[in-house]
Amino acid sequence: MATNETLLGAGFSDPVFQSQTAFRALLAALSEPGQARELAIAVAPPAGLEPASALALLTLADYETPIWLPAALRDGPAGAWLRFHCGAALVEDPARAAFAVIDGAALEPKLAAFNSGDDQFPDRSTTVIVQCAALTGGEVVTLEGPGIAGTCEIAPSGLRPGFWAELAANAALYPCGVDLILSQGARLIGLPRSTQILETR
Amino acid sequence: MNAHQSVGENNKPAYNYAYLDEQTKRMIRRALLKAVAIPGYQVPFGSREMPLARGWGTGGIQVTAAIIGPDDRLKVIDQGADDTTNAVSIRRFFERTADARTTEATDEATIIQTRHRIPEAPLKSGQIMVYQVPQPEPLRKLEPHEAETRKMHAWAEYGLMQVKLYENIARFGEVTTTYDYPVMVNGRYVMAPSPIPKFDNPKMQRSPALQLFGAGREKRIYAVPPHTSVRSLDFEDHPFRIQSWEQPCGLCGAADSYLDEVVIDDQGGRMFVCSDSHHCETRRAEGHRGAMLADASALHLVEDEAKS
Repeated sequence: MATNETLLGAGFSDPVFQSQTAFRALLAALSEPGQARELAIAVAPPAGLEPASALALLTLADYETPIWLPAALRDGPAGAWLRFHCGAALVEDPARAAFAVIDGAALEPKLAAFNSGDDQFPDRSTTVIVQCAALTGGEVVTLEGPGIAGTCEIAPSGLRPGFWAELAANAALYPCGVDLILSQGARLIGLPRSTQILETR
Repeated sequence: MNAHQSVGENNKPAYNYAYLDEQTKRMIRRALLKAVAIPGYQVPFGSREMPLARGWGTGGIQVTAAIIGPDDRLKVIDQGADDTTNAVSIRRFFERTADARTTEATDEATIIQTRHRIPEAPLKSGQIMVYQVPQPEPLRKLEPHEAETRKMHAWAEYGLMQVKLYENIARFGEVTTTYDYPVMVNGRYVMAPSPIPKFDNPKMQRSPALQLFGAGREKRIYAVPPHTSVRSLDFEDHPFRIQSWEQPCGLCGAADSYLDEVVIDDQGGRMFVCSDSHHCETRRAEGHRGAMLADASALHLVEDEAKS
């Protein structure tokens, strides 16, 4: 194994202000679903994590928030990087995770495998970061809901077949359900459970 | 180096930027993201001891501390005014702990922390309202047990609230609640809008600004994202109405703003003035003059722009 694969990469160089900047982008993304936000912070993510996914977890995860990763990432540098920088536990059971990173094209796990909260505590649900091939160029999806003036359209690509049906089923659980962050490169789109899928074409 | 001040400098204690430690900020930030995803639902959070007593805006301060950064411009109002005790001390808190750039102008602010008012000037996309909330649970006066109110929210059992409003109408002929008037958010959760006058409720409906609510003593955070339905509870035959006044503001002549009644002597004399001090000053600077402006400026209570 080459040396650079065993060394952990750096996290935030300026934790206070970089996490504040990243958080405001995340807050804007989830309060105005469908609008792509850019996380312009230079952090070299470990192999397998998009820069936006890595920044979101650095900003939000710590010892209180178990993280679910695909097995290849969990056992690789990404797992070690998150354990070191966030101090977060990596769990194998998706239903126990506060945060999860999934590959949008992978067929498993389904969104329904994650914790969707319960009717008295819907806030205890998993936030799922979905890594996409691109945030444009895919199937056009029309969204409606809180944070959206009228309707808006997104077209992320590289998502598994049936993904939007899963998301519509998730929205039907409202106020329970998982919240999604689509990420690619330094950009992300928020898709909270309150967002309704009007049509896909 | 995370410390905002290094240890020993002027013998002041060292603390993190915006007072809260990073772990606390992360916890509040996670609560805020869940609050935004479930509009109107009260997310429990680990409210911290702050260097002022609970009930003085500690919830709002913790929310502001978790979101503020060097690019922000902060406005703080207390009952609409920028110059009252609570507003001045909270503004000074963030100037000292976060080197916050502050302003009194509503349109220049990126974060507006407020106690009990929404500014008169329309809010814009990109602005964040932070409300200080004493009692986040709209059902608490009807049902004292948290375990019960939590189930009522879980199952959207809001009949009790409608009965309360109905009893008001049966007894007094109208709904007598004038502040903290309950609202239905996104058609799902009944929410306390904090003790803003019901005059301000319509400003929350599909507002382009993000609205965050912090209750420090009660340890709850909730939110209303932009462009979200916020409907004041009412009945078809008793539609929701806001307050109105028989006379305009005595200083700026505004007939469409929320007015405070001020007793001005011991002979029963009184005047009505805008509660939003910045709105009133802006209007006076634009040349609007109320009936009592000349008297007030003669006593040096306010500046009369037209004369100076």
